[in-house]
Amino acid sequence: MDKNSNAYTFIFSIAMVFVVAIVLSFLATSLKPMQSKNVKQEKMQNILSTFVGDSIEVDGQMKELTRELASEKFDEYIKNQYALNNNGENVESANAFDIKLSNEIKKPIEEQVFPLYEAEYKGKSFYVIPLRGSGLWDAIWGYVALKDDLNTIEGVIFDHKGETAGLGAEITTDWFQERFKNEKIYNDKDKIVGVEVKKGYSGGNDKDDNKVNAISGATITGDGVTNMMEERLKRYKPFFQKLKNTKLAIR
Amino acid sequence: MSEKKQYKKSKKEKKKDEMILFLSKSEEKKSFLSKENRKLLSDPLDDNNPITVQVLGICSALAITVQLKPAIVMTVAVIFVMAMGNVVVSLMRNLIPNRIRIIVQLVVVASLVIIVDQILKAFLYDVSKQLSIFIGLIITNCIIMGRLEAFALGNKPWRSFLDGVGNAAGYGVILIVVAFFRELFGSGKLLGYEVLGHKGLTLADSTGLYALGYENNGFFLLSPMALIVVGLVIWYQRSRNRKLIEEN
Repeated sequence: MDKNSNAYTFIFSIAMVFVVAIVLSFLATSLKPMQSKNVKQEKMQNILSTFVGDSIEVDGQMKELTRELASEKFDEYIKNQYALNNNGENVESANAFDIKLSNEIKKPIEEQVFPLYEAEYKGKSFYVIPLRGSGLWDAIWGYVALKDDLNTIEGVIFDHKGETAGLGAEITTDWFQERFKNEKIYNDKDKIVGVEVKKGYSGGNDKDDNKVNAISGATITGDGVTNMMEERLKRYKPFFQKLKNTKLAIR
Repeated sequence: MSEKKQYKKSKKEKKKDEMILFLSKSEEKKSFLSKENRKLLSDPLDDNNPITVQVLGICSALAITVQLKPAIVMTVAVIFVMAMGNVVVSLMRNLIPNRIRIIVQLVVVASLVIIVDQILKAFLYDVSKQLSIFIGLIITNCIIMGRLEAFALGNKPWRSFLDGVGNAAGYGVILIVVAFFRELFGSGKLLGYEVLGHKGLTLADSTGLYALGYENNGFFLLSPMALIVVGLVIWYQRSRNRKLIEEN
């Protein structure tokens, strides 16, 4: 058959498209379970590491909190999972762990569901809140663990899709996330403002000013973190208020 | 000594040698790593380097050389895609219709990149997170299309394989050199380790060079610096390898 004829060209391209489509879709479907397992385990690892840190004590030994270990221990440490609406009421129909924040933040506030994880570790309670916002190039997200007072931050985890390596991508590093430890999310007027990532911050180790030092060269990613913190955290205020009231009542 | 020995070779052996020579000539078969084939591997590393001599693949050299680790993983990924892509296209070289050959090459490269991406996501999740968008960027790497078009379409699979590995390695060497300097001067680290000491909030908190008042050069983190470093590498290479200097 003439290789330069139209018929041959058509047949060749149709055959090629079929072969490629079959190979790729076979690969994608057969690898899908493993990929989603990785994603799920990573989510558990992120949630746990906000309050347990990088390693965890198993049978008297400190072990690195790997994805596998995190998925084993997840149910042990996470006592309650809430899916809250805008008024701080639990939505029965939704499962907190399965909520995709990337979908939620596109909806109007009244229709959104806000996940919250209540954890207990070494006799202390923590409240872990997932965050999501946008950085310079693409989405950024993370988790914040609050201490029992619902104000002080125990730890944070940030991640990103495509921030600049060496600049914005540094939000995933320990030294940056360390700065958020013990920061407060309420300002002195009892309003949730989160923590501002401030350029040229001079407050040193002041933990009550709702500000941390920014990464030089990563202004827009830093602003993204600031906005994400305030925007997501303030939605939990009604629930926090209720929680505080019940605690007072018990006392 | 050895000459004498060779001279003493029996007639039978000589005939055998001739037979092998004849066979290899008739089938154009050479040993797997003959001198010519070795040249396919070594040439792109220096004399015909895709980045510094042909000035291809500059786009990704800018994007992923801020840190050493992504540069190394990118090198490995490009070696895989380029070698496999060359082999696949070389195997199909007599079937591909001339008019749509670029599209066919693109489909081959894109499928290989998707395969790499999917496998990394399933088995090496951490590496795949580290690379994130860079894996997809392999598709746009002009060196790959360049080698498919210029070499694989006209050569046998094994030679194409060597050519792919050689060119990808030549690309990777420059990537790693540039990333080395950019990470060292830009963030004072290598592979994430603080080799120049730790930079604290104040001079008193700092150790190593930072305690003496050294500052990281933020310019190295920006893309223009990659071009300047590549330029310096080209300068160094030409001062060492006189063959590369054009006469005019």
